[in-house]
Amino acid sequence: MTLSIAKAGALFFVVSILQVTIVASIGILGGSPDLVLVTLVAVALTQGSIFGAVSGFWAGLLIDIARLGTLGFTSLLLTLAGFWIGRYGETTGRDRAHAPVISVAVVTVLYALGSLVMHFLLREPAPAKVALVDELPATIALNLLLTFPVFALVKVLFKPAQRPPEVEFVG
Amino acid sequence: MVGLLVLASLAMITVYFRESPNGGLHDVQSAASSVLRPFEIAANRVAQPFQDAYNWTADIFHAKSENERLQREVKDMRQDAIRVSEAVDERNALRGLLKVKRSPAYEDFANTAVTAEVLSNPVSQFDQTMVIAAGRNDGIRVYDAVITDRGLVGQVSKVLRDTALVTLLTDKESAVTAKDNRTGAIGIVQHSQGPEDLLFLDHVGKDRRVDRGDLVVTAGKQSGKRLSSFYPRGIPIGQVTRVGQTDVDPFQDVQVVPFVDFTSLDYVLVLASHEPRPKMP
Repeated sequence: MTLSIAKAGALFFVVSILQVTIVASIGILGGSPDLVLVTLVAVALTQGSIFGAVSGFWAGLLIDIARLGTLGFTSLLLTLAGFWIGRYGETTGRDRAHAPVISVAVVTVLYALGSLVMHFLLREPAPAKVALVDELPATIALNLLLTFPVFALVKVLFKPAQRPPEVEFVG
Repeated sequence: MVGLLVLASLAMITVYFRESPNGGLHDVQSAASSVLRPFEIAANRVAQPFQDAYNWTADIFHAKSENERLQREVKDMRQDAIRVSEAVDERNALRGLLKVKRSPAYEDFANTAVTAEVLSNPVSQFDQTMVIAAGRNDGIRVYDAVITDRGLVGQVSKVLRDTALVTLLTDKESAVTAKDNRTGAIGIVQHSQGPEDLLFLDHVGKDRRVDRGDLVVTAGKQSGKRLSSFYPRGIPIGQVTRVGQTDVDPFQDVQVVPFVDFTSLDYVLVLASHEPRPKMP
């Protein structure tokens, strides 16, 4: 477990740096991929809700620090995203082939909506049309493109969480 | 656990928002950012060649689409320029005709002259006629003189309801009673029958004086005289460029270059009139 936490810490450190310095500057068709979000979905889906929430908090904190944004802003969003995807993985999604794709697409939309709401609550400028119409479709597509390679990498790095033994009725 | 993280996030947001830029959380962020900075710089340096390659490729695509857009714009602007040029030419032609129409020389036609657009120009050397967009409904009659601001074009030879056929001076059947504007020597202007738009002032006796450079104009209605005409008096026709004589020909050989360029006529003025026609011999 400790090793997994260390791996996750290092992974999100690297991914957050990459996101802030390189990936965010890749603009295609108005959107840009979110490597941190896709990695978080992969980690949470395979490692569970608590692990996902902590990873999201850590990744969000790093991004808020690196971007000099409001501390806690991205942490809050990614904590909730990690927890929600983790729960989905723990309940029904983990063994389903389409779970990564569905999770990434849904979380990308929810993250964009949540980000808009947060900006609105903090009275920061956040044009909804730009975020939801101009950027979001391309961002979803780019995140989906990242999904399989990132999931493959995460599966290599982390072993799937152990499931509680299933009860078997005999006799 | 998750609740704690959410609470921690909300607490950070609240404190960060409420404190001054010199507050504790800002200081923590600043310090942490300083720690992250070397990693960001390193990542940037590693990624720089790839970013440059990406930007180069993106710029190429952008330049390509920009080029296509600019080419479309150039095409549109070229068409606009052509339209503007045509409009200017048209305006100049109409203004010239209006000036002619208002000039004292044509005051008899001030209210009846008709400006008409040329629908078709001469199709061959042997068919020196053109169709104009004005006809019987506009008051045009056969034999009406047709001019531009430069001079005489020809004569209406056929009239329909809204169109008319104009026989040009360069037609082999055309003949206009004309005179040397300086000396008054009268003759008949006809086409030279050659491939060029050259005219001849024929039937000018050897005793009459015609010099090179003289202006040739229509002689007008010579009632009771040898040469009668439907053309009003004083319409410029051309300029004498050569004068010659031969022993066998009783008349002088006078070559006239017309003022009008018969190959590029867009608008003409038809000197329509309600006056009765002079009787031809």
